[in-house]
Amino acid sequence: MSDMKSRQLDLQQSVEELLHEAKRQGASAAEAAVSSDAGLSVTVRLGETETIEHTRDNGLGVTVYFGHRKGSASTSDLSPQAIKETVEAACNFARYTSEDDCAGLADPSLMATELPDLDLYHPWNQSVEEAIELAIRCETAARESDDRIFNSEGATLNSHNGLQVYGNTHGFIGGYPSSRHSLSCAVLGKEGESMQRDYWYTLARKSEQLDRAESVGEMAAKRTVARLNGRRIKTQQAPVLFQADVAVGLLRSFVGAIRGSSLYRKASFLLDQLGKPVFPSFINIHEDPLLSGGLASCAYDSEGVATSRKDFIQNGVLSSYVLDSYAARKLAMQTTGNGGGVRNLRINSGDQDRQGLLKSMQRGLLVTELMGQGVNMVTGDYSRGATGFWIENGEIQFPVEEITIAGNMKEMFLGLQEVGSDIETRSSVQTGSWLIDNMMIAGE
Amino acid sequence: MTDLIQIAQQNILAPVGLGESDLDRMLGELTGQGVDAADLYFQSSRLESWVLEDGIIKEGAHNIEQGAGIRVISGEKTGFAYSDELQLPTLQEAARAARAITRSGSSQSVQIAGSPIANQLYAPLNPLPSLNEAEKVELLQALDREARKQDPRVKQVIVSLVAAQDIILVAAIDGTLSADVRPLVRLNVHVIAEQNGRREQGSSGGGARQSLDYFIQESRGREYAREAVRQALVNLDAVDAPAGSMPVVLGPGWPGVLLHEAVGHGLEGDFNRKGTSAFSGRIGEQVASSCCTVVDDGTLPGRRGSLNIDDEGTPSQNTVLIENGILKGYMQDKHNARLMSTVSTGNGRRESYAHLPMPRMTNTYMLAGEYNPEEIIASVERGLYAVNFGGGQVDITSGKFVFSASEAYLIENGKVTRPVKGATLIGNGPEAMSRISMVGDDLKLDKGVGVCGKEGQSVPVGVGQPTLKLDELTVGGTEQ
Repeated sequence: MSDMKSRQLDLQQSVEELLHEAKRQGASAAEAAVSSDAGLSVTVRLGETETIEHTRDNGLGVTVYFGHRKGSASTSDLSPQAIKETVEAACNFARYTSEDDCAGLADPSLMATELPDLDLYHPWNQSVEEAIELAIRCETAARESDDRIFNSEGATLNSHNGLQVYGNTHGFIGGYPSSRHSLSCAVLGKEGESMQRDYWYTLARKSEQLDRAESVGEMAAKRTVARLNGRRIKTQQAPVLFQADVAVGLLRSFVGAIRGSSLYRKASFLLDQLGKPVFPSFINIHEDPLLSGGLASCAYDSEGVATSRKDFIQNGVLSSYVLDSYAARKLAMQTTGNGGGVRNLRINSGDQDRQGLLKSMQRGLLVTELMGQGVNMVTGDYSRGATGFWIENGEIQFPVEEITIAGNMKEMFLGLQEVGSDIETRSSVQTGSWLIDNMMIAGE
Repeated sequence: MTDLIQIAQQNILAPVGLGESDLDRMLGELTGQGVDAADLYFQSSRLESWVLEDGIIKEGAHNIEQGAGIRVISGEKTGFAYSDELQLPTLQEAARAARAITRSGSSQSVQIAGSPIANQLYAPLNPLPSLNEAEKVELLQALDREARKQDPRVKQVIVSLVAAQDIILVAAIDGTLSADVRPLVRLNVHVIAEQNGRREQGSSGGGARQSLDYFIQESRGREYAREAVRQALVNLDAVDAPAGSMPVVLGPGWPGVLLHEAVGHGLEGDFNRKGTSAFSGRIGEQVASSCCTVVDDGTLPGRRGSLNIDDEGTPSQNTVLIENGILKGYMQDKHNARLMSTVSTGNGRRESYAHLPMPRMTNTYMLAGEYNPEEIIASVERGLYAVNFGGGQVDITSGKFVFSASEAYLIENGKVTRPVKGATLIGNGPEAMSRISMVGDDLKLDKGVGVCGKEGQSVPVGVGQPTLKLDELTVGGTEQ
């Protein structure tokens, strides 16, 4: 810990020197962020070590303002020479970018003043051999759990420790260490002509919070064999249940649509919806940036603005946008402390798990994987490839593949029937499964 | 070209006091019993980007990326470490970490030698200063004006310009010493148009391994601006897309993303060595209709996906993947080629020094057929004509792939009629390829905007194809 602390102080000093250098070169204001990350990644495949990667990534980004003109530069090389070149490059750009009344640092009165320890740093002191052994246990469990598992893409263990520091010429400087560990596994199953692949993973800030290696492998195998002999279904309209891990994507699209940069560009399907219902009245969505140990916790945003617990949807009504200070000025509003996005977003859940939701749906499509980028943020039009299961009488009948589901996100959000209690916790955007009343399924 | 090696040494090694003898020594330390291959990859990159929005130059940014990656391979095992510090002690520490993949063995000496590179597909220029700042600003503003003057319904114009120079040097214990200086420029125009409260977007752009003049020559930049507006206006009139299986005609050029997804990824050597691809073990078999010949060609002059050498020092080449429907070969890097007892096809690519190389596509396209494009459209009673696409994705094991149309039309009674909204198309690679029944005589390559992602690594690529017809593909619209 003390090692990390002194490294943090070193980085803070570099940021302060850099801001000073920017001022010296004539900038009226400046901000800088530095990150330094080190980690180990091992992959095993078919019981043997495949790769051992030692990672070490540094990055420094600086933005300078000459009045209302802005320039930016970044570097992965933290040598004094590269840092000097970077500040010069940023200042040079500011001579050619345009006067922009909205450009500048956030309001100094909004800077975070309290920087509590949010319990984000739990390094995992394991040897390469121990990491390999864990990955092998995970993959072996997957390979041995079902006769139809015949091949593997392997199991990967990742463990990373990082430091982030941000400072600006208002005098704000903040920094914190954090850790992130994950174990994933992907295997292949075969039955007759059908060959399928699927994966599973666990992710946490503390290694003790990771799921057991064997259960990750078993889940990967279970998901893979469940997909075997999938078929297409007829083109039709039907209710769709988005399993929690894929429902996360819908919630992210909602966030994208209320982000300031989408709004001032008029590039959002949720334009001018503040104060209006965009979800059914039983839905509430909030963020909790100060959550202890959270995957996206931070007491300040990417501009140094204090973060706080906040509602975006109250009883189905849009109560706040996601704004940084630039977008806020463009919209003649106040920043919501969301520079860099939302932090630990959560939708309230109902009391039924996935099984219960299948019963509620009775007949329809359970979606477990989505493919492609067919999400139009300007119009809300949604059309994506899907894999999953066909449901009759509230129960899984057979796996489904090579179909698409389509609709418009505005209607999909309003058509949300229930949110499951089966919350996806491996993401900083958390939700249970979503049951949507009706979508177009294209197949045979 | 040995002078590329000199440029790379001057730019990357000389500033930190490293010479060829240091490389020899480091490689020597990577050799030994059990080591089948090892390489050092040095990279120094400069990138500059500009963004115009709301009619003003809003962003200007500069990025430096520099470092070295060290890889040691023993059998199927790979040890890898990298560093953004190029000092000898740091590099030696990284080398020890990578070398730990095999525990025993004493080091041997290695002598690397620069060999002439046959390819000279682009000049070793630096595109960043190829226009001065005032000229870059003027280019962006001219494109903003060009887009806005096309139509009063244009409400928002975003123009982005990127110029990058990538200098790489690779040295390996097999004696390889090779370098490349890779320029890359890209320009994109994004437009939002509004009519009666409805908003739609259009986007167009291009790029090449060239200087920034490329966008001024032949009025290319202005053409992108006009094209982006045209697409946005077409989409303002688009009706809901159909849902279900139907014949699909794909336009020439960028719709070649079909090939990239439906067959390209499935033919990369790593997936086939591991037997995880739907195409594994199928060389010599019919995997597409006989009118399909597909190649991956890294040797097209100046193209976005082209490379003088790949990231392992192997000269890029033109590899026939599918010939008249028969699977001919896979795309290989050195590692997978060695394990499959074949040779690299010059497809070993990596995003940067901080990533491991793997088999990747360069420019992947289908050769021209014999049909007139109008003849192809006329052959369809009811179907979809898709001419522009966003991205795609593939599951190489099941063969399922998707790609999303951003500009498409209905074909009714052999004629292109109304524009329809964007929709995702889904199919199974080998099945879709066997349903290609007509191939046009109008082969076109894309304008140079492709980015391919694999296992978290992005690399620039090209795609292309003539107009072609698939007898059946699932269209993910909303109209039954």
